[in-house]
Amino acid sequence: MSDHLHLAVALDGAGWHPAAWRDPSAETGDLFTPEYWLRLVRLAERGTLDFVTIEDSLGLPGPGTVRGRLDALLIAARVAPLTSHIGLVPTVTTTHTEPFHVSTQLATLDYLSTGRAGWRAQVSARPGEAEHFGRRAIPAIDPATTDLDSPPVRALIAELFAEAADHVEVVRRLWDSWEDDAVIRDAATGRFIDRDKLHYIDFTGGHFSVKGPSITPRPPQGQPVVTALAHSRVPYEFAAAAADVVYVTPASAEQARAIAGEVRSLTDRPPLVFADLNVFLDPERKARLDALAGAPYASDAHTYTGDAAGLADLLLAWRSAGLDGFRLRPGVLPADLDAIVTGLVPLLRERGALRTEYTSTTLRGHLGLPAAANRYAPQEVSA
Amino acid sequence: MTKQVILAAHFPGVNNTTVWSDPAAGSQIAFESFRRLAQTAERGKFDFFFLAEGLRLREQRGRIHDLDVVGRPDNVTVLGGLAAVTTHLGLTATVNSTFNEPYELARKLASLDHLSGGRAGWNVVTSWDAFTGENFRRGGYLERDDRYSRAAEVLQTVKELLDTWAADEIVADRAAGTWSRHADPGAFAHTGRHVDIHGHFNVPRSPQGRPLIIQAGDSDAGREFAARDADAIFSRHGTLEEGKAFYADVKGRMARHGRRPDQLKILPASTFVLGSSEADAQERARHVRRQQVSPQTAILLLEQLWNKDLSDHDPEGPLPSFDPVPEQDSIIKGRARIFDDPLATAAKWRAIAEEKGLGIRDLVIELTGRQTFIGTAAKIAETIDDFVQQDAADGFILVPHIVPGGLDEFVDTVVPLLQERGVFRRDYTTTTLREHLGLTA
Repeated sequence: MSDHLHLAVALDGAGWHPAAWRDPSAETGDLFTPEYWLRLVRLAERGTLDFVTIEDSLGLPGPGTVRGRLDALLIAARVAPLTSHIGLVPTVTTTHTEPFHVSTQLATLDYLSTGRAGWRAQVSARPGEAEHFGRRAIPAIDPATTDLDSPPVRALIAELFAEAADHVEVVRRLWDSWEDDAVIRDAATGRFIDRDKLHYIDFTGGHFSVKGPSITPRPPQGQPVVTALAHSRVPYEFAAAAADVVYVTPASAEQARAIAGEVRSLTDRPPLVFADLNVFLDPERKARLDALAGAPYASDAHTYTGDAAGLADLLLAWRSAGLDGFRLRPGVLPADLDAIVTGLVPLLRERGALRTEYTSTTLRGHLGLPAAANRYAPQEVSA
Repeated sequence: MTKQVILAAHFPGVNNTTVWSDPAAGSQIAFESFRRLAQTAERGKFDFFFLAEGLRLREQRGRIHDLDVVGRPDNVTVLGGLAAVTTHLGLTATVNSTFNEPYELARKLASLDHLSGGRAGWNVVTSWDAFTGENFRRGGYLERDDRYSRAAEVLQTVKELLDTWAADEIVADRAAGTWSRHADPGAFAHTGRHVDIHGHFNVPRSPQGRPLIIQAGDSDAGREFAARDADAIFSRHGTLEEGKAFYADVKGRMARHGRRPDQLKILPASTFVLGSSEADAQERARHVRRQQVSPQTAILLLEQLWNKDLSDHDPEGPLPSFDPVPEQDSIIKGRARIFDDPLATAAKWRAIAEEKGLGIRDLVIELTGRQTFIGTAAKIAETIDDFVQQDAADGFILVPHIVPGGLDEFVDTVVPLLQERGVFRRDYTTTTLREHLGLTA
């Protein structure tokens, strides 16, 4: 089992290349249909991947790409009853949303999927998204004209991640706010619950205070899997403290080693460290799309262009540098996902690096995470 | 064509209508329960399925209420899952306009509408209490008068957001690289007293354009809100005379807003108990009410009227010797007070208790929670048809008392009789919820 790497796929629109929707293979007319998303997730499940993430944001993507998206958490809910093993990890923003709603929505996804829910917790620093809520202004940060190390920018980043940390803390406390055996249905006393097993979370913070308990009983996994993408020190600190899985963006095996070490050094309870990788398994297609877009594909993460064997080599090499797994971002959907499942996955299996079938039913199980202890439950006392 | 009956199914909620102590009672939280009830409603060709909302657990005397069902999943997320296991049934939920922001709310509704092929609906409710606010960013309290003005403005903003994308906005011309008809799809700006936002909505127009809008308030402001903005009302008026009065009142308000009466459907929430004979149904109804009112629940309901701790009273004993405590903080939080005039109500209860020689529990069973429809399938079908043809309702939102099997008998026995009477569809002939109800966006 320890020889296995963890493998996830990041689903977004027609794929991660901005011109992906223009490729003849893209299912551009179906992007806002449930059938499209179900096909993608079922395809990933055929590859026995650990999970899929679904991108989301509270704003409209800019010109030159697919504009418009569906709520990622609802997409996950829609596919949950029709899939059986794969983890479902929607992106939900921490910056403008209500921790109470996010907690119950993710808990509900965990019920719908009987223990396969996760969350990609995402900070929003976009001024336009703040204007969709009207509660506060977030200044525009243009890397070309703004000094990212200037005190106001550093303060903004620190504030957004501090709020994100509070958000995750509240979501997690709410998940624990019901002990697993709180529902008793005791006809003799007429009580449906043992209310001593429900807990106020009494969180007080700078952006919100939340009393609790949750309205939703503790979800099947206890704690659904929290994940976060991180590119630098402040987000590393957030992810190391708050997440079970952190996605990082090294450009080489050496960087992967350094970043994984840095993230793990920040906490006593290190998260799993995955590298994000853009994946184009048809170099000619990528060249065509780059030409259509008028520029080579640019990304925060490393881009792999080549065949499945080369990608398998890269994954195994980087895994040896200290990574636990990978989140692959298919350049074009479903084509590159199909190539991952039919090309990469068999190679990884041959090399003993990926499961040949699911051996657990929950996302925590796939990731090898221990059963989540409830912070409010009395500790077991051994006799 | 004869006026058609609208039927909706309400997943049993967190009050004592729901009997959890019955051997047939299943999980209130497992998706399987929701799937089963929704699929039963779809088998019965129902118009839609309805889920209520929870934002804070109820408390009484400062403690979490533990006698009724407690806890539920997030309703819109459940509907997302139900969209996968149903094909025609409308999928509606209550979402609070105070503790949700319009942009997010519109995204959820439009996304659900896409993911269900045009079956989404929103029951717009308002909340005003600081108690619920303790779980949310805005916290605090909304003045009673501001409730409807905020709800109206949130609804208005959501409608504006849903209208930002034209149905033909996306052209997706691969060769030319043109994604949308306009360079700036989804642009909006709303400036008002409660909502001041601008930018770009990011969900393309959904199949219904605008999901069904349901409203549940009963006050004058609530009725006006419905007459102006709602497609359906979740009403409380389940008797023939009350129903006719409410129906005439609300539909009478619509012309002032430039709307026709048939553009708003009035749907009382209703409970039912079936039996093989009239006597059998009455006996079963009484049995269900005993299940609904446990000794502990009887005291608790009495406390809501008396507004005082009555835990030292014997459920089988007489009513309190003193009068209800008026005009102070309600001892119940997370739920509206259910008695308008406690002193008069208590006097009436006392008179009935003395006349019939009833103790507390038997009195509560006698006076509260009486089911809307009790009888044989034939009688209930006739009554429903009658209510609809006499304009006491356009249909009903049925609230079974058992999860998940509580609708089976109705679907198996009453629905066929309604179909025989020619007042209910034998099969779905439309695909969207609005089409089921004969409404356009």
